[in-house]
Amino acid sequence: MDFSFTETQDMLRDTLARFLADTYDFEARKKMLARPEGRDPGIWKALANELGILGAPFAEEHGGLGGSALENMIMMEELGKVIAIEPYLQTVVIGGGALKRAGGAMADALIPAIIAGEAVIAFAYAEPQGRYDLANLRTTARADGAGYVLSGQKAVVYAAPWASHLLVTARTGGSQREREGVALFLIDANLPGVVRRDYPTVDGFMASEIYFENVAIPGDALIAGGIDLVEQLVDEATMAICAEASGVARRLHEGTLDYIRQRKQFGVPIGKFQVLQHRMADMFIEVEQIASMALMGTLKLDLPAAERKAAVSLAKAKVARSINFVGQNAVQTHGGIGITQELAIGHYFKRGTMIEGQFGSADFHLDRFEQLTA
Amino acid sequence: MHLDFSPEDLAFQREVRAFIAENYPAALRAKQKDGDELSKEDFLSWHRVLARKGWVAPAWPVEYGGTGWSPTQRYIWSEETARADCIRLMPFGLAMVGPVIYTFGTPEQKARFLPRILSGEDWWCQGYSEPGSGSDLASLRTRAVRDGDHYVVNGQKTWTTMAQYADWGFFLVRTNPEAKQQEGISFLLVDMKSPGVTVRPIITLGGEHEVNEVWLEDVRVPVENRIYEEDKGWTCAKFLLAHERTGIAGVAASKRGVEKVKAIAAAELDGERPLIANPFFRRKVTELEMDLTALEFTELRSLAGASAGKGPGPESSLLKIKGSEIQQRLTELTLEAVGHYGAPYFRGFGEGDNEHPIGPDYAHRAAPTYFNTRKTTIYGGSNEIQRNIIAKMVLGL
Repeated sequence: MDFSFTETQDMLRDTLARFLADTYDFEARKKMLARPEGRDPGIWKALANELGILGAPFAEEHGGLGGSALENMIMMEELGKVIAIEPYLQTVVIGGGALKRAGGAMADALIPAIIAGEAVIAFAYAEPQGRYDLANLRTTARADGAGYVLSGQKAVVYAAPWASHLLVTARTGGSQREREGVALFLIDANLPGVVRRDYPTVDGFMASEIYFENVAIPGDALIAGGIDLVEQLVDEATMAICAEASGVARRLHEGTLDYIRQRKQFGVPIGKFQVLQHRMADMFIEVEQIASMALMGTLKLDLPAAERKAAVSLAKAKVARSINFVGQNAVQTHGGIGITQELAIGHYFKRGTMIEGQFGSADFHLDRFEQLTA
Repeated sequence: MHLDFSPEDLAFQREVRAFIAENYPAALRAKQKDGDELSKEDFLSWHRVLARKGWVAPAWPVEYGGTGWSPTQRYIWSEETARADCIRLMPFGLAMVGPVIYTFGTPEQKARFLPRILSGEDWWCQGYSEPGSGSDLASLRTRAVRDGDHYVVNGQKTWTTMAQYADWGFFLVRTNPEAKQQEGISFLLVDMKSPGVTVRPIITLGGEHEVNEVWLEDVRVPVENRIYEEDKGWTCAKFLLAHERTGIAGVAASKRGVEKVKAIAAAELDGERPLIANPFFRRKVTELEMDLTALEFTELRSLAGASAGKGPGPESSLLKIKGSEIQQRLTELTLEAVGHYGAPYFRGFGEGDNEHPIGPDYAHRAAPTYFNTRKTTIYGGSNEIQRNIIAKMVLGL
């Protein structure tokens, strides 16, 4: 057992942290959100070309840095600290994860394009009726000659307005909630019949409802692996947002600590009041446990499926509970100013809140854990 | 002691129900359904209906325009208005400054201001908090200096709700900087159209413009607009805060909120079953109902005490704490219930935009409402301050 990061991993963290400190302060982020496309694409290009770190979790043969889920954890934690609105989760963690499994010509073409900052992938998996059940799909992919025809609706697809490619779950067979018949496709985002309605999300991202209106897709768009692969990818994504939550929570705590040191009421900094000291101590405890669970789950991503799922579910449930506590108490301790758009703290609270439900609520994951370990 | 409604109470309930059904503004109902932000006119439309009927201020003494309803009738009224999803009337005139004026004002002040509060002609706002004086309200620094028959007021207020619409504001100002903190404060009524009054918006997390900063620069306020004695404004302030706290419990609205959460959870699917059939979610709703029932009967006991001549005392802090926590919990469960569709940021329909928003109607404002409702444990005296009040005033610690 060894919990130390390698020198390369430390360097990755430092490089990214320094870059984000220069480019991603609260005011700069606000300006990005106000742009018509809802982000500054130059940041993504810089991560690719100036820093060369979008290859962190990819193999060297594809031009990557040879890392894995730990590198994604490091990246996501730092991105969380600035509540970055970059499509790293969607493109590198999920899209990249799928491509690594797909291998072959698809991986050879697209992984280098991701590393170069040219390909952006969005993950179209959720459906209006499906809640967190990955197999609850109405979207169908009907075999048609050498290819497929895709029909259906996908809900709240983060990063879709920016995407060059879509990673789509659809049924090639089976009934609506059956595990059998779930398939995964990587397609060009601009194929005829792909209709999007784009909108901002409450946590500062851009997302879309996507309607596939008899979209003809080539046969080689299929990535083998079915529901098992989809679950693996979503577990990896879940741990990535747990790492992001770690960064978000740390900043919520630090920001609140700064605030209670300088805010004076009744003639003293309010940090002198024991009730707030205990609250800050409780928040600290939760922040540390988020970091612990993010690490635990990440280190278990390569275990056999049942163990992996149990670990990820326990981690996500705990992180959801803890980020809820940290966010609510950060706002409460700030008072009125915590509820305004003017201070960063409220924006961290919003992202933390959305992480709670993303890829499954605490209830969902506690339930999944119990089913796996019964 | 019993819980039954008398035949008269039941008749009253039928009357109220019929009145609301016939008179609640249809345009307002449509906007509420779409989750649109409400304008000043929207708020006033229901206020005016009630003013014409004489039902706009049930809590006021009859001599000033109250309804003379029994506590049971007032209970029925709040139940029925919540049940019908009626908007909450703006409290700043009716529930805050109105009671201060009829309790502490001169006959001239009562005659001048109370009828216009009832009619809705004057929209009021509250100038209490300052950037440096939140929980420690008595440290406020907005200064009023006597100049003949005027005060000249300088300072800055914040969190001034709906000040962008206000005709009048009631302000706590320091008239005697030498006296001990609470003893040098006066309660002034300020015409918001006076030269030197500037209102600047503060946008909150859900994107709403509810609160404002109010700047006062050499604002001249006639001495006749001071309520009660000079330097004794803290008496009015404390009276008002205790009043604000009882209304803040919001029991009837939260009961309606529980029904809405159940309806959403009945519409949302969790696999083959509706979400409300998920035992974990269901239990959370039940626990909320449990807490709400405890709050309801605590409030009813408190109201019974008040009608027996005991004014709202420090125990109203209990109502504020539990009421605000329940309101927050409701928004939290709603956001949890809507799943993925909590994420899209929907801000009402723009002009000429008839495109249907993303996801089900009940999901549009779930996240912004959750964010915004974090205010309830902060405003009206934060819940930390309420616990201090209970510790000091009730428990004698």
